[in-house]
Parts: sequence; structure tokens; C-alpha cells
Amino acid sequence: MATVIINGQELELDDDERLNGIQAAARLGYDIPHYCWHPGLSVVASCRMCLVETGRRDPESGEISMMPKLVPGCQTPATDGTVFVTESDKVKQARAQVEEGLLINHPIDCPICDKAGECRLQDYYFEHGQGSRRADLRPFTSRRRSLGDTVTLFVDRCVMCSRCVRFTREITGTGELYVEGRGAGEEIDVFPGFPLANKMAGNVVDLCPVGALGDKDFLYSQRVWFMKSHDGVCAGCSTGCSITIDENQDRVYRLRPRENPHINEWWMCDEGRYGYHHVHSEHRLAGPQQFDAEARQYVNADWSRLPTELDKKFTAIAKRWPGSVAGVLSPHLSVEEAYLLAKYLRGVDPEATLVLGPVPVEGEDESFPQGFTIRAEKCPNRRGVEAVLEYFTGRVATFDDLLPDVAAGKLHAIWVSGGYRNDWIDEATAESFDAADLLVVQDLFDSPLMQRAHYQLPAAAFAERDGSYVNVADRLQSFRWAIRPPMGVRTEGSLLWQMSAMPGMYRAGEVLAEIAREIGYFSAAVEEIPAVGVDLKVNLLV
Amino acid sequence: MAEFEPVLLANISNEDSHTLAAYEAAGGYRALKRILADKSPAEVVELVQSSNLRGRGGAGFPTGLKWSFLPKDHPGPIYMCVNADESEPATFNNRILMEEDPHQLIEGTILACYATRASTAYIYLRYEYPHALARLQQAIDECYDKGYLGKNILAHDFSLDIYLHRGAAAYICGEETGLIESLEGKRAWPRIKPPFPAVKGLFQKPTVVNNVETLCCVTHICDRGADWFKSIGVPADPDNPRDAGSYGPKLYCISGHVNRPGCYEAPLGLTVRELIENQGGGVWKDRQCKAAVPGGISMGLLSADELDCPLDFSGPGKYDCLGLGTAAVTVVDETVSIVDFLHNTTRFMAHESCGQCTPCREGTSWALSMLNRIKAGKGRLQDLDLLLEIGDSIGIMPGTTICGLADGAAWPMKNAIRKFRGEFEEYIRRTNPDGCETTEPVEALQIIGVH
Repeated sequence: MATVIINGQELELDDDERLNGIQAAARLGYDIPHYCWHPGLSVVASCRMCLVETGRRDPESGEISMMPKLVPGCQTPATDGTVFVTESDKVKQARAQVEEGLLINHPIDCPICDKAGECRLQDYYFEHGQGSRRADLRPFTSRRRSLGDTVTLFVDRCVMCSRCVRFTREITGTGELYVEGRGAGEEIDVFPGFPLANKMAGNVVDLCPVGALGDKDFLYSQRVWFMKSHDGVCAGCSTGCSITIDENQDRVYRLRPRENPHINEWWMCDEGRYGYHHVHSEHRLAGPQQFDAEARQYVNADWSRLPTELDKKFTAIAKRWPGSVAGVLSPHLSVEEAYLLAKYLRGVDPEATLVLGPVPVEGEDESFPQGFTIRAEKCPNRRGVEAVLEYFTGRVATFDDLLPDVAAGKLHAIWVSGGYRNDWIDEATAESFDAADLLVVQDLFDSPLMQRAHYQLPAAAFAERDGSYVNVADRLQSFRWAIRPPMGVRTEGSLLWQMSAMPGMYRAGEVLAEIAREIGYFSAAVEEIPAVGVDLKVNLLV
Repeated sequence: MAEFEPVLLANISNEDSHTLAAYEAAGGYRALKRILADKSPAEVVELVQSSNLRGRGGAGFPTGLKWSFLPKDHPGPIYMCVNADESEPATFNNRILMEEDPHQLIEGTILACYATRASTAYIYLRYEYPHALARLQQAIDECYDKGYLGKNILAHDFSLDIYLHRGAAAYICGEETGLIESLEGKRAWPRIKPPFPAVKGLFQKPTVVNNVETLCCVTHICDRGADWFKSIGVPADPDNPRDAGSYGPKLYCISGHVNRPGCYEAPLGLTVRELIENQGGGVWKDRQCKAAVPGGISMGLLSADELDCPLDFSGPGKYDCLGLGTAAVTVVDETVSIVDFLHNTTRFMAHESCGQCTPCREGTSWALSMLNRIKAGKGRLQDLDLLLEIGDSIGIMPGTTICGLADGAAWPMKNAIRKFRGEFEEYIRRTNPDGCETTEPVEALQIIGVH
């Protein structure tokens, strides 16, 4: 046990904790300002914003001796007997001087800067800056250049913290960014012909403590203070990065990584980051349709009558041809939705066939030097749906297993859940479903299968649903909706909740609690799920 | 004191002094042969430690102590870096050693590598020294041919390779961790310490970085012993337990407004006045000395009445200068404006700041833009206080930067303004009579850079 003294208060640290001054002070609520230090990157101690006074307490006499000079909090380890003073006049003066220095050549163009509102330079100026400008006035300059397809550099706003440079060297290992020039003439740049083009490039924008690096996807689309942030989980691949969804009035503007030491640390890939555009695609299905056999055309269906109507038809078919009901559980469904669907179908037909929907795989897993992995499996919840299937059917049957029975006309009522972003089924495969008497398809976009559905149900996108995903490493994360689904769309969860004759609004938490009680694999999810999720493996005997 | 016999420069007036033959004829590699035969590496470290040799590169850190910080029983490799990036303005003593007597350096390097168990040495040579580059390479080649370098040197169980590396002309590469980064092929941004190079230096291995003149002194300590070395120079101050003394010969560079500028050897402890009068032949054109730089511009400035400052490791500090530095004295005569002097030194430091730490990057450039404005006749009296504030707040001494470049930028500012404040004020009042009292921020000047 180590004792650190911060501004006169004692802080106990476990023996295996390796904290620096910034981290230790944060434990006691002291926010030491910093630009260049980031927990995920190497320490360079160059911005000098985190300067503090330090000293040692003699273990024998208890006497404290302070160092005469200031030290960077980021570089100074908090060990037994270390003393930190973070709020003295000397420290405050040093902070003010650094802040003043950084602002000498800064354009101070906050009104047109995307970072305004979440900018450290701005925030620290108010908190730690000088009252007035003492340096000479400079004409406003705003030079910018493109570093790659996704990132723009606003050269004059840069404070040379070098976080972005270190990121491309240490995390992605691609090293596109470097520092050009010397002294006050330094600039971040890329070599000609070698743009910032790695698959995690967007992270440099989050890392930038000021407005120097702008995300072309987000640039000028929204002032940050208009947006609300919601904890979410990326549905782009089976890594399942923890993310923050920034939205305004039911429109997603930006996804950012949310720190999760168990999954993505501080990062996310660009595919996930920009993988929200389909949510607002104009091609999304809106409003349920049902096929009018007499008129031979689709007519609008009524969400309020659908649950009863569908229930009636499924029950009738199950009675007439027991064992002829089938459900396709998409790996895009949440655990709760998959459970509700499986439970419902097995309720009307105890012999119902349940299979896992097609699992989209693109290329191969791609790992970066620091360990971050982009998975080839482009769906968030294969593991969760598999566990549900195993519980209900004792095995995991795939979509391909289902097709012969479909073609043979053995299955009379089929419910297909989708949620796919791309074409996932071809014309020939879809044709075999013509044999079914009742085909219900709930999906985001039109597809050959959708064209054959008796009921076309629009599905919800990841940012619109409540529920939980289980990632490739068996970590379950729960999330709530960030935006409401567009007009005419009901989430799978709320539809299935109603079909299961549950009272009131869809409550994913109640369903998960039931799952945790019923299914051994999910037993660790019985208590409230923390923001970083729970490891379902803890209760597995493996 | 008896007449001083040159030690480091003893060989340079000999014909072809840069060749192995001439060096050996003058007793060269005698020390190496004896040490390899008689002494263990630990004994050499002890010898150098007992000589109280202090680094000649500028900081005056005890050399033997530096070597003793290397981890014991390290499986290796251990690296030796010879800091030949002599970039301090007005300093050229290493250049003379490398051009005229390169074997003296190489012998010292081999001895130092033997003592530190280093099997590879890199000589990091300043870009601007092409002549030294050729001479050093020739000397290294001669040594390989003669068996002083390579495998099993002189049939002993000790091998050493020396690589000559030419820098790309940046002042910051003379900072030892900046040098290491540059050697690794990176941008010369000085590293944060700890870990110190002795623990994790070049390629993350234990590394010693020594100056050229320091290693030349090692040659002579190994040849003549620690007691001989300590008979030269200034003994430690008994009243100051932190003073390690200033022993040995030193190469002084004198330049600027003197009659005989050049590099001269003398025992440590010579005063600036003696150096100007005796070696430098007095101030030129019968003018008066107005100020003098004690050891390269980063050490600060002495006024005319401080010329009795002794040039040893603790002397200049007593006159509010940073230290002895490279012992390169630049004399400024009465016709020179101190405003110009400070402008020029600040321009150099702002240009050479590596730009890593905010206080140095922004402080030096801010100071330069203020001095540009003052020079252009738009100065404010308030600027002097701002310059002093910058000078007092940047550097490793207040703790606001990683390396000492900022201290070197701060000291001329602090010394020039504190010691010549009247001249600065007079200049500002004279050139900007209407605006000198302004306290509001004013427009910055657009200055075209020198490079």
C-alpha cells in the first residue's frame, strides 16, 4: 500500500497501481490540466501544462522536502511518500504562462471552429489563463490542408501536443504523421503521396485537444453544444466497441469511442465511426406493408393491429402443420430481441425451427500493433444470438441449414429478422421462400426476400434500439436508444414484446433479467450492467 | 604558477599532426597499450573518477561519475556516443582537436569504451565540419589497420568499432538525448529523464555521451595519472561541499573584438580579463570592452566591470551567468549595441528551439518578435519586463522545459536586460518617443525569417 499526499490530503494506492501525478490527483478530484498526455500514448511531457510542485515525505521522520523546480505531473510517478501540490500560486502561474504561450500564435477563431465547446485550449483559458493579452496582436490566419480522405488540419490552431503523431506511430504503426519544421514554425504534416489513410485515422480527431484536426464527416455539421451524447455500442463488427453517439433531434452526427479498457480502450475504427450513415438513408423502409393477395399488391398495414394479426396467423399455421414454423434470428438483433422472438415462436409451435441469420463476413480480422482488432465479422451479436439458439434448440443451426426445408415446402410460416446494411440474400435463394404460406420479413432495406414477404416490416437501426450485444470475446454490453426510429418504424423489441403479450412498453432490462435467470451463459448479466459491460465467461466452466 | 605546458594542443604544431605516425611519434597510444595491459575497466573508471575530470561539453558533470551510473554486469551492448556536434556559437575547440589531432580523441574514446565496456562508439559530428570529417575518417581507418580498433584490440579481450556519423546541422543535436534520438534516425527532440542515457540511451541500451575535449582529457589522465591532472586548475572550494573543483587544462576560445582571436590552452581558472589581455592580445582598435560572453552565448553576459570572473566551473555562476559552458569568450566592444547583441542571440535560440516544450517554443519566438519590434523603433518599456518574465520562467532550472536549450535562451535575456537596462530603456525612449509608455498590446511586425 502506497500513500501519496496531494494538496495535503492522503491518497492510498494499491501496490500494483502505477499512476502518474495527473491520475493520482484526479482520484481526489483535482483536475490537472494537460494537452500532450494521454493514457493510451507514450509520455512526452512537452506541453508543460501539467506542471506541479512535488516532493517526498521522509518515511522515518514524516518530514516533507519539496523540489525547488516544477515537474510535469504526467511524468512524475505517484509512489509511496510522493507529495504533489497542484493548486499553489507557483503552479497557477506556470499554467497561465503555458496557456499564454499557446495563444500567442493561435488564431482564436472559436466562432468558426468545430472544436469550440469541447476544446481544451478554450476551457483552460477560462480556468487557468491570463486575464488579458500581453503578446503582440497578430493578423488572423487560417491555413488548412487535407491530411487524408477523412481529416483536415487547421494548421494555425495546433498546439503541437504531438498526440496525433504518436497515435499513428504507436497505435496503428502506420506513422503517416510527422512534425515538420522547428521551433515556433513547427507544423504537423504528412509526406507527399502518403496521406493519413489507416483504418483508425479518425481517432486523431478525438485525440486532438484543440481544433487543429477536423473530421471531414462531421465538419461544420453541428455545434457540439446542440448535441446530446448517449452511451452506445458500435454494431459495425463483432469487436463491439463502446461508443458515444452524439445526436440532435433524432439525427446522429458523430460516433466517438468511449473508453473501455476491456474492449477498445480509447479507440474505434473508421468503419465503425462512419458506419452510421445508413441510419439516415433515404432507402430505409418506412411503414409496414402487407400483401393483398386479391389485389396482388402491397397495402399499408397498421402497426397497432399487426401483433394480433400476426399472432393469429402463426397460431393457425402451427395448429394445422405442427413443426412448420421457422424463425431466422439475425446476428444484428439484440440478445433480448432474439430471445423474445425465439420464445414467441416456440410458444406457438414447440417444434419451431430456429436458425441463426446469415453472418456477414468481409475479409479477415485486422489487428494493429497495440492490439486493437477490426473483425471480419460485420455484425455485433452473433455470440448472443447463438447462446439464445442453443438454449432453445440445443444447437446452433445456420441459415443454410434451413434452406432445403424451405425449398421443400416443409415450412409454412417463416419469420425472418434482418437489420443488414448490405444486400444479404440473392434472388435465387429468396425464390425458394415462395413456397411458404406466411413470410414475415423485418429488415432495414429492401431485398429480394422482402419482395416476397407477406408482411414487410421496417426494422430499427442500432442507434434506435434498447438491448444488449455480446461481442466476440463474450462481453455483454447493454445500451439504450440514442434516437427515435423514423416515422413508421417500430423496433423489433417493442413489436415482439407486444406479440409476447407483455404489459406496457418494451423494457429490455426485464427481458435481460429473465434471460440471465433462464440461460446459464447469461448468468453474469443478472445484476445491473456497468458501462463497460460484463464478461459472461466469468460464470462459465471453461 | 610555473609556465603552463600545453597538453591537449601539444601535438598540433607537429608536422602532419593528424596522422597516426606523427601521433605515435609524440607518444600516442602509449596510454592505451599500458592501460589495456595493466588495468581493469573498473580501475580506469576509478582513475577518471579520482581525477575529478568534469565534462567539457558545457554542464561540467563529473565524467567518472557519469560512467559509474552504467548498470553493473549488463549483458550489453553498451554504447559510447562522442558528442562532436559543437554548435555553441563562438566555440571551435573541438574542431581544432578533431582536425589537427584526431588520434588524441580516438585514443580517449577507446579508453573510455574500455572503461565503460562499450563495444560500439558513435562520433556524432557536426555537419559544418567537413575537414574534421575527412581527418577523423582517415584516423579511424588508420586505427583499424593498426589494430587499435576492431576485434581483440592489441590482442586483448576487448573489441571496439567506431562509427563516424555526420549530423544535419541542428543546435539541439548537441543535447545528449537529442543527439541519441538523432543517431537513431529520429527528430532530435530531447528525451524526458529519467530514464537517463546511462540506463536507457541509444537504442534503449545503456549509453554514455561524452564531449570531444573530455575524451581527449581521458587520454592524458590515463597517460599521466590523476594526481598530475589535479595539479592543474582550481581546487574545490572547501566551503562549498557541492563544488567538485575545476581541474585540468582547458581549451579557451576567444573571439569577437580582440586582436588575436583563436583557441588557446590554459589551466582552468583563468579570468576573462587575463584571457582577453594575454591570449587575445587585448580589445581591438584600442577600444574598451563593453561586455563579454563567458562561455558561448547561452551562458549569459558579463559587463565590463565583471571581467575578473574566473573561467572555471563555478566562476561565471558567481556573476549571475549560467556557467562555464564551452569556455568560448566573445568580446563585445563599446561600439556594439546590447539591443543588437540580445536580438541576435535571441534570434539564434528561437531558430534553434526544437519546438517540443511550449515555454521554449513560444517563449523564444515571443521574445524574438518583441526584440524585432524594439529594433524597428516600436518598443515599449513594458517589453523589458515581459522579456525578463520569459527569461525567468523558461528552462530546466524553473522546470518548465525538458532540456537546457531554453536556459541558454533565457540567460542572455536576463543578463543583458538586468546588466544593461539603462541602454535598453534609452534605446526605446529614443526610437519610440510617442509609444514607449504604451501598455496595451500592439500590432506584431511581419518579419521575414533568415532561413
